[in-house]
This record gives sequence, structure tokens and C-alpha cells, in this order.
Amino acid sequence: MGVPRVALFLAAAIGLAVALAGAALAGVARAAEEVELKEHDWAHAGVFSSFDPAQLRRGFQVYTEVCAVCHSMQYLAFRNLMEIGFSEDEVKELAADYVVIDGPDNEGEMFERDARPSDYFPSPFPNENAARYANNGAFPLDLSLIIKAREDGLDYVYSLLTGFEEEPPEGFELPEDFELADGMYFNRYFPGHQIAMPQPLYDDFVEYEDGTVASIDQMSEDVTVFLDWIAEPKSDERKKIGLRVLIFLAVFSALMYAVKVHVWSKLH
Amino acid sequence: MGFANSQNKIIRWVEYRLPVLKWLDAQLIDYPTPKNLNYWWNFGSLAGVMLVVQIVTGIVLAMHYMPHGDYAFDSVEHIMRDVSWGWLLRYLHSNGGSMFFAVVYIHIFRGLYYGSYKAPREILWWFGLIILFLMMMTAFLGYVLPWGQMSFWAATVITSMFSAIPWVGDELVVWLWGGYSVDSPTLTRFYSLHYLFPFLIVGVVFVHLWALHVHGSNSPLGIDIKRPDQDKIPFHPYYTVKDLFGMMVMFFILAVFVFYLPNMLGEVINYEKANPLVTPPHIVPEWYFLPFYAILRAVPDKLGGVIAMGASISIFFVLPWLDVSKVRSAKFRPIYRQFFWIFLGDCIVLGIVGANPPEGTWLLMGRLATAYYFLHLLVIIPLIGKFEKPRPVPEGIGEPVLKDAGAPAKEG
Repeated sequence: MGVPRVALFLAAAIGLAVALAGAALAGVARAAEEVELKEHDWAHAGVFSSFDPAQLRRGFQVYTEVCAVCHSMQYLAFRNLMEIGFSEDEVKELAADYVVIDGPDNEGEMFERDARPSDYFPSPFPNENAARYANNGAFPLDLSLIIKAREDGLDYVYSLLTGFEEEPPEGFELPEDFELADGMYFNRYFPGHQIAMPQPLYDDFVEYEDGTVASIDQMSEDVTVFLDWIAEPKSDERKKIGLRVLIFLAVFSALMYAVKVHVWSKLH
Repeated sequence: MGFANSQNKIIRWVEYRLPVLKWLDAQLIDYPTPKNLNYWWNFGSLAGVMLVVQIVTGIVLAMHYMPHGDYAFDSVEHIMRDVSWGWLLRYLHSNGGSMFFAVVYIHIFRGLYYGSYKAPREILWWFGLIILFLMMMTAFLGYVLPWGQMSFWAATVITSMFSAIPWVGDELVVWLWGGYSVDSPTLTRFYSLHYLFPFLIVGVVFVHLWALHVHGSNSPLGIDIKRPDQDKIPFHPYYTVKDLFGMMVMFFILAVFVFYLPNMLGEVINYEKANPLVTPPHIVPEWYFLPFYAILRAVPDKLGGVIAMGASISIFFVLPWLDVSKVRSAKFRPIYRQFFWIFLGDCIVLGIVGANPPEGTWLLMGRLATAYYFLHLLVIIPLIGKFEKPRPVPEGIGEPVLKDAGAPAKEG
């Protein structure tokens, strides 16, 4: 009675997976009516691949030198950088370049001190109102989770960063009532095609320590990968452990199936 | 076979006073089970396993989670980043919920196909439905806890349904919220109830099993077994080992999601913190609620929608009387069998409609599928029961079960 029943069971499992995927795809399809994102090849995103520490370091440099002027990253502690290849001394040194507010001290006063590895990355603005005031009313989002908080987060952020143009190109389909508002910029990929953030990256905006040429595409890719890492710092570990778990479960399933067949062979 | 025969003095001392092992022997070891159960009968025990997975991971998550509007979202990220194995616990719990519903839905449709709800198993069926209802409550409450955008707006949409109740609706909603909008007090009470309900489910599961063990499992033939010596086998080792095999396969599928597609079944916008000032463009529930969401939105009237959604589940309580056919298994019911598959397809269509905005073709499809859903349960099933000519049903499952002692296992 063995094989056909197993086939049935597997068919059911596959059917279930297809149904789930169908439901999820139906959900994705809603959002896909916007402009198609650039499909970038993400070397770190495969089942067997992992982050490139050199790239994460470059991405971190782009973040601190460019994005961090306006965007906070509240879940990034300096100590986290040791997970991507920074040494303890490097992290201490780096943290000491930042000032955080601590306190109250014994006299009840708040005071400023150099940041330590255990501190979180300070926000560029003390609160949302200050951020809006400094940015023409727009609020620069915290970037800690941005890759996970957008459909196709990697392609979306990469497309957005490389999607700035002086004005809408010929033949680009715009909504009928489209009018670029004061202090807004055209971006092909941002919902509504106008964004309060000016183009953040230009060629050679940063000087990479490892000599990589800092083109707009390169910097956009690097910072997007860095944002993917900070969105889920444990994802490399997850993929690595997952492989072992799946192999174990596959072997154990086969073993249990053999035991089942053996036990049932006593029956007609 | 069994624990209770142990000669150990301490065990005998306890057994004499509280025969717990004797009871376990009767329920788990010797428990006579039809010998012809197919793999669709695995899903009941799989559901039990998922309940345990959810409770264990949930209890540990609760040690690190903070049920407060200002801290909930951050505490979930704390679990993902700083708690040892926190990411694994959280992804197991969030995807485990989906797995739980998947196996329970298969379990229910197995019952529908083989007529497991018919006499004398009506009360067993009722308690199963109560479990489903409690599961849905628990899942909804739990989805609110991460306090992301979809958590917040799902809570707002679903609790607002109660405002459709005449006279007391508005006051009721304020009472549910603990204020004048979904806010921190709502989150705190949802957390409390989310912790409570799984233990209610455990209690109802015991009643469900109690009722099951009175007349025993139904079987693919759907017949009353008259010769248990021939047609039944002890639960252990035959079904324990079969259930273990099914469990490993289920864990494999769960692991694929947990380790490689952990957010596929979630909404990306839930990684943005709850913001009462920004409404997401599309508010959708988790996949396992989509068919019911489609029914809710298919009815143009708010109260009507809520009633239709409630009815879509509660009708199943009277299904044993709507289906008047005396034959249980669809194997011997040529007409019912075809309508079973159509009904399953209808539920999947409802699910896809539920994931899409209620406009144009989607809305029309939702209305037709909703109408058919109720037509199937209220009209088609009773009519089939009345007019269908079932095929002849066998007397027993088959030849004598156990071979002659000493005969080689593979021969004969």
C-alpha cells in the first residue's frame, strides 16, 4: 500500500504549497500594477550564498556618509558592526566619532559623551517634528527595516536610488493630474513618481577604502545590500542552519517511512 | 503491550491509586483503530502537534515580548536581533500559525469528504468547529501583537465589524478597544486573551478526543465496523509510526517556510510600526481568513456581511442534519463526490477574491462564489442526500487482519 499513498500525500503537500503560493501571488499582483522595478542580480540572496563583508563595509560607508545625514537607523548598534567583520578596536574608534546624550548624572543633569559599542546609532534629528521641519515637511524614514517593509525590497530600493531623472522622460506615462510640486523631485519608481528626497548619490560621492569605483550603480547596490543585512542581521545564520535542518528532516522522514513500511508489513 | 503491565513497585503503587498508565494504554496504545485509514487521517494528529509547537514557541516569545503600544514593535525586533534563537522562535510561531490552519483545513475537508460528521459523531464534529472558532480568534489576536501597520489596521477593521450590531454596537466596540480607538489598551487585552485561548483550545481538544474515542475513527469506507477483531488494529505501533512519518514531512514543509520563505505569507507593511494616521492602501488578513473576508465584503450591507461571515462557519454545526444521506463516505456517493470538489474549488476562489480589492470583476466573483457557498450547504447537500442513489457499501474492511503467527512477513 506504500508508494501510491505517499504519492498522494506528496501531491497534497504540493497542492497546498501551490494554493498558498497562489494566494500570496494574488496579493503581490495587486501591487505590481506600478512601474516595473529593475531586476538586479543579488549575489547574496541565494539559498547557498551569504553577504560579502567587503560589500557590507562599502554599504555602511555610503549609509554613514550620505543617507545618515537625514535617515536614522534605530536598530543598528555599533557593536553589530563586529558581525560584519569590523574589529572591536575599529568599532570603538568609530563609535567615539559620535556623540550621544546620557544621564542624568549625580547632579541630575543630562550630559553628552562619546558613543560606545553598546550604543545605538544616533538619529540625525531629535524627533519627527525636527526632521520634518528640516526637510520641507517630509519625514525621512528610519531605514532599519526598509528592505523588509517593501514588496521586492532589494529591487525597490535599488531602483529608487538609481531612478532619479531631471524631468519625466519622453514617452513616460504619468498620471493625468501629475504636476511636480515645489521642492519635489521626479523618480520613476517612487509611488506617484515624485519624492521629497533629492537625488542622494552621484558618481564618486564617496571614496571607497578598497578602491572600488564609486559609480551610482555601485553605491546603490552596496547600500541596498547593507540595508538588507541590517533589516535581518541573522539571515545568513538562518539560511545556513536551514540547510542542515532540511537535510536532517529529509533523512529522518525517509527513515520513519522505512520503519512504517516495516511495521505495517505484518498486516495484510 | 503497554505501560501498565510494568512490575516496577513505584509504578504499581501509583497505578493502584490512580490508574493513569492503564488509561494511557487504552487511549494511545491498544486503542482499536480501523486498519484502512489513509494519509488524510494523519492531519488530526498533525494539528495536535502544531498546537504544541505554537504553545511552546509562544510561551518563550512571551518572555521577551512587551505588550505596550510604545514597545511592542521594538520588542519584536529585539527578539529578531538580540534574543538567542529569537528569530527562529518568531518565524516558527508566525509560520506555525499558517501550518496549523493548513492542516486543520485539510482535516476538516477530509471530514467533509468521508462524512465524518454524521451520526454518531455529531458532538465530535461540534467540538472540532469550536476548536476552529477558537483558533481563528487566537490567530487574529496574535496577528495584532507585533503592532505593525497591518496589525493595527486589521484590528481596526475587524473590531469595527461589531459596530454593525444594532443598538449596542458602538458601545461594544469602545468596550473591546478599551478606549475610543485601537490603542495600547487594546493591545494589552489582546495579548492577555492571545495567551489564554490556546489553553482553552487544549481543553476542547481533550473533549474532541474523548468524543472520538467513544466510537473510534471513521474510515475511508465510512462504515460501522461490526467485526473489530478483523477490521481494527491497535493504535500503537501502526498509527504512532505512521503519524511520526507524517509529522516529519510536515516539519520539512514548515522548515522550508521558516528558513527560506519566512515572510512570504506575511504582509510587508507589517514591518512598519503601527501608525493611526496612515491607512495602508489595501488592508488584507492572513491567507487563512481570505475566504471569510471575501464573504464579509460580498454583502453590500455591513451588518449583512458580518452575519454572512458568521453563518459561513456556524452552518457547519447543523451539517449533520442538512446531509440526510445515511452513507458517510463520498467513495460510495457519486453525486456528492463531484459537488465536494466543486465546493473546495469555490472556497479557493473565495480565498483569491479575498486577497483582491472588492471592485469590478473581483466583487462579482466574490458575490457569485459566496452565493454558491451557501447554496451548496443549504440546498445542494440536502437535495443530494434525498435523491442520490449511493453505490453498495461493503460489510467490513477486509480479510482477517493479523497473519498466522510465525508466518514470514513479506510472503503470502
